[in-house]
Amino acid sequence: MEKSADTTMGKNPNTGTPLVELKDISISFGGIKAVDHVSIDLHPGEVVGLLGHNGAGKSTLIKCLSGAYQKDAGEVYINGEKAEIRNTRDARKYNVETIYQTLALADNLDAASNLFLGRELVTPFGFVDEPAMEAETRKIMGRLNPNFQKFKEPVSALSGGQRQSVAIARAVYFNAKILIMDEPTAALGPHETQMVAELIEELKAQGLGIFLIEHDIHNVMRLCDRAMVMKNGQSVGTVNVGEVTDEDILGMIIMGKKPPQAY
Amino acid sequence: MADQSQTAATQADTQAGPQSSSNKGFFSLLEIDMRLLGMVGAFILIALAFNMFTDGRFVTPRNIFNLTVQTVSVAIMATGMVFVIVTRHIDLSVGALLAISSAIGAMMQARWLPQIVGLDYGNPLIAPIAIVTCLAVGTLIGAFNGWLVGYQKIPAFIVTLGGLLIWRYVGWYVTDGQTIAPLDQTFTVLGGAEGTLGVTLSWAVGILASAFTIYALWNARNARKNHGFPIKPLWAEVTIGGVAVVAILGYIATLNAYDIPVGKLKRLFEARGEIMPAGYSEAYGLPISVIILIVVAIAMTLVAKKTRLGKYIFATGGNPDAAELSGINTKLLTVKIFALMGFLCGLSAVIASARLQSHANDIGTLDELRVIAAAVIGGTALSGGIGTIHGAILGALIMQSLQSGMAMVGVDAPLQNIVVGSVLVFAVWIDIQYRKRLGMKI
Repeated sequence: MEKSADTTMGKNPNTGTPLVELKDISISFGGIKAVDHVSIDLHPGEVVGLLGHNGAGKSTLIKCLSGAYQKDAGEVYINGEKAEIRNTRDARKYNVETIYQTLALADNLDAASNLFLGRELVTPFGFVDEPAMEAETRKIMGRLNPNFQKFKEPVSALSGGQRQSVAIARAVYFNAKILIMDEPTAALGPHETQMVAELIEELKAQGLGIFLIEHDIHNVMRLCDRAMVMKNGQSVGTVNVGEVTDEDILGMIIMGKKPPQAY
Repeated sequence: MADQSQTAATQADTQAGPQSSSNKGFFSLLEIDMRLLGMVGAFILIALAFNMFTDGRFVTPRNIFNLTVQTVSVAIMATGMVFVIVTRHIDLSVGALLAISSAIGAMMQARWLPQIVGLDYGNPLIAPIAIVTCLAVGTLIGAFNGWLVGYQKIPAFIVTLGGLLIWRYVGWYVTDGQTIAPLDQTFTVLGGAEGTLGVTLSWAVGILASAFTIYALWNARNARKNHGFPIKPLWAEVTIGGVAVVAILGYIATLNAYDIPVGKLKRLFEARGEIMPAGYSEAYGLPISVIILIVVAIAMTLVAKKTRLGKYIFATGGNPDAAELSGINTKLLTVKIFALMGFLCGLSAVIASARLQSHANDIGTLDELRVIAAAVIGGTALSGGIGTIHGAILGALIMQSLQSGMAMVGVDAPLQNIVVGSVLVFAVWIDIQYRKRLGMKI
């Protein structure tokens, strides 16, 4: 594809060390290249959208960063240093937190147990400190979703939005620097979607970098600074959202057509 | 939702929640698990019915003593089965594990230690070595099962179905198919009737247990208070504490009312070279095996509710993917769960063989079904994520009551099985209806 004109347009506007750099990542499943030599970076205070059809490879790519999958080739750099992420525990060490599309909540446990799952607070005797966990949960939920009251019910008893806020609280509570959100608003009503949008703005302002996997083009235009479109495991291109129309992005998603502003 | 183990203990603040105190009854103010209440009710009903049909022979100190002693072995294994089933597995090999542990433990005390190592019969080292052997055998085989399930991804049903066939007959080869007896005198103390605390000590244990219960309730209440969480009304706490204390002390009083038969007492005196004074009587009191069950119950409840292991078990049962994504090593967790199950099989082997004062190859036959039934009647959901330790123990008690009650009434053995099977299916059906009405996962 031809390069765009030599202006500030069509270039990564960020300078300095990226928070995350995924370089030339590839993964195959049984001979099918789910992700094929894809590179993308993420800077502090930036929201980068990952777009594409189902099966385009967005979730697979991002799972290399969250530790759920192992990449076959390529490198991950965090704050300019090469990072070895073999599992989700490793990812957490690099302050990478993920909000999965499925939310990954244990439905039979209450909010506090889910929030601290795998990172429970313990007493000096090594027992799980339920009251302390509940207190912390009440604190963070008070900030994220002040209407949330069901601290004792299993999360299966919560509404979609409440469940989402538990999943978000879990990601935000542990001082995430890099946040991965996989379709965070897919199951939400308009009011709750607005809540998530505001939260993303707030986290951005705090200097977090956010990878946002999103299907809704309006959310992309509203929330993302840059967007990378994937098709059949490959990157179609990356655009600065402010420089393109939603038509351009849809063209990339549907037809794999790279607009001149893309890089 | 109160049946769910993680939250059952601390259901404390629902009445202060948003959709609060409207249309809440007496029991919801007490915040007792309704299913637990239902099971206790069913148990009392069964006991009263059998008492009627046996002309008052069912609810007697003697029968209550026997009933609890007979329940211990299955109840101990049922607590482990809760964890297995909660994580969506099953263990069909517990009866066979009990048999192999018992076989090796019995050979150790009756053959190998005296004949090969040269410890005399009655040597104080024999019992502890035999006990540790039983526990180790159970734990090792359990861990092996867990490794096959967790790391090799063979379904637990298959691994333990194979184990059901394998281990009992490995035990058969260990003992050459012989019944091993007599067992060590100190060892058999753990069986039940041979090892009881007597009146005074039993009261002491009862009072200690009551004090501990009150302390635990008070402590939990204070912890919530200190964090400024809603707490339930004081009268509710007092009621729960009162019921618990009455139950504990009532049980102790019942066991203390069961006198050791005169013939047996005479033999005891003769063994010490004394003559029994005329009119002398002594009561059994609390059997050591029941104390072991209580300790297991407390320990397993602590594990379930207060440790990371327990959290991970219930989280994995509720959503295995979520557990994995949260960084929980679910493979190793499976090994731990099956190893714990095996350890409890070893412990049950000690108690069962000590109670029978011998090891026979058919020891623990069909125990896998009793143990699974106890856990399931006790509210453990085969779909995973839900189950309680106290429920499983109560389930074991209900199963045993049905069985010995029908035997006392004189119900034919075939009909006994038909009834027990029907009760199992019926109990699960009731449970599903209950969960449906509450809109819970079935």
